[in-house]
Amino acid sequence: MRPVMAPSPTARRFAETPAIARRRRQERVARRLLGGGLILSLLPLFAILFYLVWQAAPLLSWRFLVESPRDGMRAGGLWPALLGTLYLVGAALAAATPVGILAAVYLNEYAQPGRFSRIVGLAVINLAGVPSIVHALFGLGAFVAFAGLGRSILAASLTLAVMSLPVIIASTTEALKSVPQSFREASWNLGATRWQTTWHIVLPNAMPGIFTGIILMVSRTAGETAPVLFTGAVFYKSIAGGDLFAYGLLDQCMALSVHLFTVSTQVPNVPDALPYAIAVVLVATVLGVNALSIALRVYLRSRKNW
Amino acid sequence: MVDHILEVADLTLRYGGQTALNGISFAVPRFEIFSIIGPAQSGKSSLLRILNRTIDFNPEARVTGSVLLDGEQVLTTPHVHDLRRKVGMVAPLPVGLPLSIYDNVAFAPRLAGVHNKSDLDGLVESCLRQAALWDEVKDRLSQLGTRLSGGQQQRLTIARALSHSPDLLCLDEFSIAIDPVTTMRIEEVLRELKTKITIILVTNLIQQARRLSDRTLFLWNGSIIEQGTTEAMFSEHPANSLTYDYIRGAFG
Repeated sequence: MRPVMAPSPTARRFAETPAIARRRRQERVARRLLGGGLILSLLPLFAILFYLVWQAAPLLSWRFLVESPRDGMRAGGLWPALLGTLYLVGAALAAATPVGILAAVYLNEYAQPGRFSRIVGLAVINLAGVPSIVHALFGLGAFVAFAGLGRSILAASLTLAVMSLPVIIASTTEALKSVPQSFREASWNLGATRWQTTWHIVLPNAMPGIFTGIILMVSRTAGETAPVLFTGAVFYKSIAGGDLFAYGLLDQCMALSVHLFTVSTQVPNVPDALPYAIAVVLVATVLGVNALSIALRVYLRSRKNW
Repeated sequence: MVDHILEVADLTLRYGGQTALNGISFAVPRFEIFSIIGPAQSGKSSLLRILNRTIDFNPEARVTGSVLLDGEQVLTTPHVHDLRRKVGMVAPLPVGLPLSIYDNVAFAPRLAGVHNKSDLDGLVESCLRQAALWDEVKDRLSQLGTRLSGGQQQRLTIARALSHSPDLLCLDEFSIAIDPVTTMRIEEVLRELKTKITIILVTNLIQQARRLSDRTLFLWNGSIIEQGTTEAMFSEHPANSLTYDYIRGAFG
């Protein structure tokens, strides 16, 4: 039998070699660099929010939200603009979401992979890059003039819908792709049709991702100025403060983004805080809708099944 | 005259320019276990995908020849979904659908229009019993199928494959991801099922083919090297020396 070697008492078994020391330094540098990047990207965001709220503070109140503007838009609230934006985004959402999801499901679950679907996919991505002013012009020609909708909430929200379709299609496609192919195969093996597989297996599991796309769309459309300015938004419109049903779909409306633009550039002698207050409401509206969708998404994710 | 449930004649499969199956012919007698052995890339899984026409989902695949299931032509039938219900398919890695255990087994019957609660309950129980899983899951049928252990999930997929009462059950290397004890249990299940259903067993485990099957087919590079009774194939003198070498572990 060989004697068991006792470890030498002087050996430091976890001694740091130069190679290990170098790796540790690397690790430290990497951590600081990456963390620094995060701070640099968060800083402007919080700076903007803080600055906006700071400047707007004197005007922010409940009455600012639910009153109509007075004194040539120099005083009062912004209810017509807030309600207009809600109408525009809501109607655009109602139009774009179903169409976009249907298109994405077709592209991903039905179309044969090949040249055609690749070209369509590329077209969709490129469409997402078209400047909004171009969509505005298209909306003016197609919805306001050709379809005869006139300058109206309907025409403006359809324009916004067309603009946000690519975003929804792209993000829905991603969400569908994230559902493992093996689920589809298992379902096909059981004799399920494409539609049964899509409806029972793919869509329920793609829901959180689809919501992400809708969140993106809401954020984008709520802030758009040019498309609604061309197709349905007006500088000023008087409606009853606090009335939720003050607009009809064929009415023109005010919108927060346009209102902000008007008050900051077209109206002399407005109080300094007013544009900032409008901006705060605009940001808060977007964040509010986002928070709602995020909550829904978190809820759906918590029920994620694999 | 042997009663064949499946008759394959001159079956060729090409993916683009590559030939995956090269004019193979064989027949599977009813109520037997028929195993297909052979090294990776020999075309075993592709063959199964042809049997239930899920090969259709690969736009590259070109299939020629004839496959008769119960006398019906598989390759040209317009009733693909009915065909798939006659063929139970169990994949190498168990795929629990992201549904409850109950819903996993009730999925196919529901698609076929069975919605009566007591019918479904009975069906789910009998399928889970046949797959030797009932006792382990009977108290938690509403739990997610994907949370079961690998061996349990594999038995769940077998129960699911039985849920549409197929005539032919195909298992593609079912024991690849599960432990030996569970493997033995499932083999026991298959021996029992054999009285009611014909089983095609694709396997890399040569001894598994030997233990379970009545007939064996040795597929290599898309061609049949040898087929016959398992007894003859595993004897000291199979017809082809490649068979001898493969079974003895000289290659593959």
